[in-house]
Amino acid sequence: MTWKKLLIPLASVPVILLLAYGFRTDPKAIPSPLVQKLAPDFRLQAFDGGEVSLADLKGKPLVLNFWASWCYPACYEEAPLLEATWKRYKDQGLMMVGVDIQDKEANAREFLQRFGFTFPNAPDPGSKVSIDYGVYGVPETYFIDRQGRIAYKHVGALTPALMEAQVQSLLKGT
Amino acid sequence: MRAATNFDLEDRVREIASELRCVVCQNLSVADSPSDLAKEMRNLVREQVQQGKNREEIQAYFVSRYGEYVLLSPPKRGFNLLVWGLPFLAIAVGGGAVYLVVRRWTEQAPAKRPAIDPAYAERVQRELKDRE
Repeated sequence: MTWKKLLIPLASVPVILLLAYGFRTDPKAIPSPLVQKLAPDFRLQAFDGGEVSLADLKGKPLVLNFWASWCYPACYEEAPLLEATWKRYKDQGLMMVGVDIQDKEANAREFLQRFGFTFPNAPDPGSKVSIDYGVYGVPETYFIDRQGRIAYKHVGALTPALMEAQVQSLLKGT
Repeated sequence: MRAATNFDLEDRVREIASELRCVVCQNLSVADSPSDLAKEMRNLVREQVQQGKNREEIQAYFVSRYGEYVLLSPPKRGFNLLVWGLPFLAIAVGGGAVYLVVRRWTEQAPAKRPAIDPAYAERVQRELKDRE
């Protein structure tokens, strides 16, 4: 009758396994199904009047950043890094596009002026592009390779180390 | 006629949106959330319904963008089956255990009564007789 004594520890094994699986995953990290897939196309009217579209940027590595003027402090923290990275790498063929989501135009323009953004930025009417990219909060940044595939998605403010590593890997890619 | 069509459309949009998770909320569906993003998602659902897309196609679009996380009910396959199956399995196993325990109680009750020591029984009989 020793098997009866083993019954309780044995019954707890699946429970422990289930908990081990559950506690190892971060419930706040929502993996994007778009990573390693082709980035959805977009065509937006930029704040400066021009048009930005993914199709026009084909063959160039792209940093696509979603932001909003009400996104404080994360968007304010990473904004100088975005502009600095753009200035540093644009001559090597890097492209950068900012998409402003659910914002008031005046506030958005103030944000652009405050950080002196020189890369194209565009509002996203109806949040169509944001939903197409599976954005659920700002800031979110997509690193898109020369083939138009999403190589990496970052949620939250970018750090210089992460930006550098991702941009280098995009530029290296053929 | 026009009003009836709109009513049907809004009903359909609500039905589909109620199964989608509002990704910026805590446990709210796209149909119930007052957030801007949920409103835009409802507009998108409406647009797709008007394009003649069915519930599965619209769900597939949102899943391709946000992953299965966007569905409020996890689909019944793979690892998710645990969520759907475990409660019923637990009820079955628990019910079986209760049945076995109860059966043992009712069966073993008479058997467990201690046998009477024959010497003691004889003494009781004798003393009862003496009293008469």
